[in-house]
Amino acid sequence: MSSSSTLYKRKGLLVVFLIPAFLFLILYLYYPFLQNIINSFSHITGLGTPAQGLNDPWWANYAELFRDPNLRTALGNTVILTICTVVFQVGVALILALLVDSIRVGAQVFRTLYFFPIVISATALGLMFNLIFLFNGGMFNQLLMNLGLISQNVDWKDLDHFLPTMLTPVMWQYVGFYFVILVTGLNNIPQDLYEAVAMDGCVGLNKVRYVTLPLLRNVLCTCLVLAITGALKVFDLPWVMFGPGMPQNQGWLTGTYMYHQTFNRGNVDYGSTIAMLIVVLGVVLSNVANRVFRSRNDI
Amino acid sequence: MRKKLTPAKACTYVVLTFWALTTLYPFVWVILNSFREKGMIRKDSFSIPLPGSGFTMDNYAKAMDRFDFGNAYFNSLVVSISVTVVVVILAGLAAYGLVRYRFKLRGLCYSLIMAGMMFPVFSTIIPVFRMEAAWGIASSSNRWLSLLAVILPQIAGNLCFAIIVLMGFIESVPIELEESAYVDGCNVFQVYFHIIMPAAKSSFATVAIFSFLWSYNDLFTQNFFLRFPQEKTITLLLNEISSQAGVDYGLMAASVVLIVIPVLVVYVMLQKHIIKGLTAGAIKG
Repeated sequence: MSSSSTLYKRKGLLVVFLIPAFLFLILYLYYPFLQNIINSFSHITGLGTPAQGLNDPWWANYAELFRDPNLRTALGNTVILTICTVVFQVGVALILALLVDSIRVGAQVFRTLYFFPIVISATALGLMFNLIFLFNGGMFNQLLMNLGLISQNVDWKDLDHFLPTMLTPVMWQYVGFYFVILVTGLNNIPQDLYEAVAMDGCVGLNKVRYVTLPLLRNVLCTCLVLAITGALKVFDLPWVMFGPGMPQNQGWLTGTYMYHQTFNRGNVDYGSTIAMLIVVLGVVLSNVANRVFRSRNDI
Repeated sequence: MRKKLTPAKACTYVVLTFWALTTLYPFVWVILNSFREKGMIRKDSFSIPLPGSGFTMDNYAKAMDRFDFGNAYFNSLVVSISVTVVVVILAGLAAYGLVRYRFKLRGLCYSLIMAGMMFPVFSTIIPVFRMEAAWGIASSSNRWLSLLAVILPQIAGNLCFAIIVLMGFIESVPIELEESAYVDGCNVFQVYFHIIMPAAKSSFATVAIFSFLWSYNDLFTQNFFLRFPQEKTITLLLNEISSQAGVDYGLMAASVVLIVIPVLVVYVMLQKHIIKGLTAGAIKG
C-alpha cells in the first residue's frame, strides 16, 4: 500500500480512530496487568483488602511456585492437556479438514456441524458432560453396558479415569475451531497448483505430503500457537465438571488452580504469581512454536 | 458432473459422519431426556420419549417455575448487545486507523494488541475489580451499575481479537476506491462509513457474532461482578441450577436446552458469517 495517499496524510485524525479503543485497552488490560505484576510481589490477604507492603523476601511467591505440590500437579496436567491439544485437536482437525476439502456434496453441512460445539457455553457443556459421564445411569455407562463392554458402572471421575474424562470434552469442543481455520487455509491454496502436480503424477497422500502440508505450514503454526495459549487458560469446562482439584487434589490445571487460590483461598498475591506463570509460559511456548515451525520467507 | 462412489470416498464420508455424530448426538440426547419422566433417565436414556411412554413437559414447567429465566435472558441480552455494539464501533475505527495510516508508533500499537490477546482474564480481573469498586460501579446494589461493571471489561477483552480480524479484512479493501472517493470530495469519515464498512461487511458481522457469543457465554467475569439475584444472567442461572438441581437430571437437561436454544437460533441464522469471518485474522498470524 502506498503511504503517499493524500487521503491519509492528515494524521491528526488518528486520535479519533485510536484513542477510544486504546483507552479501553490501557484501563482494562495493560494497567491491570502491570498491577498484577506488582501484586505478585506484595502481601495481600483478601480480595477487598489493599496490599500490606512487599513480601519478605519480595520473591517469596515465586519461590513458593517451586515448592507447591498442587502447582506441580497443575503444571503436569496442563502439559498433558497441551500435548493432547496439539496432537489430537489440531491433528483431528487437520484430518477432517483434508477430508472435507476433498468432497463436494455435504461439505457445508459438515462445517456447520463441526463448529457447533464452540458456540455453546462451557457451562452448558459442562452440565451436559456431567449427565453423560454420570456414575449411575449416565449416557456413557448405559451405552457401554448395552454393548456389553462393561458389567458394572464405571466412575469416570475417580483417580483412574479423571484425566481422560476432563480432557476429552475440552478437546472435543475446540476441534471445530481449528477445523475451520484449516479449511480456510486449504481454500486459499490455488486449485491450478493441484492440477499441475497431478499432471506430474502426484496424487493422493503424496499430494498431501508434498503440496498441501508445506503450503499449510503457517496456518498450522497459527493453530499451534492458539492451541498452546488456549490450553494454558482452560478454565470453565473443568471447573463446572470437577470443581476445585477433584479428585483428591490430582485434577488441578493452571487455570483452575489460579482461580481457586485467588477466589476461594483469598491468596490474591499467590494467584497473581500463578497468572504471571501462565502468561510467561504462553509467551515462551508460542515463541518456540513460531521459531520451530513458521517458515521465514512468509508474512 | 457425477462421479462414481469409490471406496476411498465412502471411507471419507464414514469418518466425517462419525465426527458429525459426536458433535450432534450429545445435544440430541440432552434434548430427548429433557422430555423424559422423572427417574426414567437412569434406566433407559436412549429411547425416544413418546406421549404415553415417558414423555413429559414437567421438567420445563419446573425449570420455568423455579428459576427466573425471563429476567436472566434480559440481563444477558443487555450485557451482550452493549458489548457487541461498542466493540464493533471501536474496533472498526481502530483497525481502520492502524491499517491506513503510517505513523511512528504503529508497530508498537500492533504489538500491544497482540500482547493483549495473551493476557488471561484472571490476571487482570482483580485490579479491574478494585478500580471499578473505587469508581463506585462494582459491588454496588444498583442493577444497572453492576451490569455496566461487567460490560466494560468484556468490551476490553473482545477488542484485541476484533481489531486483529478487522485489520485483516480492511487491508484487502482496494485503496484506489477510497482515493477516488476522496477526489470526489469525501472526507475520511465518509470514506470509512460509505466504502470501508460496506466492503468489509461480513467481517464486521463476524466480529459482532463472536463478541456476542463470548459475552453471552462468559462465566468468569459475570460470576465475579454480579452477585444479587436480580442481576443474574443466563450463564449464572445455569451455574446456580447445576448446584441446586442435585439428582434431578430432567430439570438439568431442560435447563441446558433452554439456555442453548437462543444461541442455537443465532448460530443457524448466521452460520455463514461465522465460518467465513473468524479465520481471516487468525490466518494472518
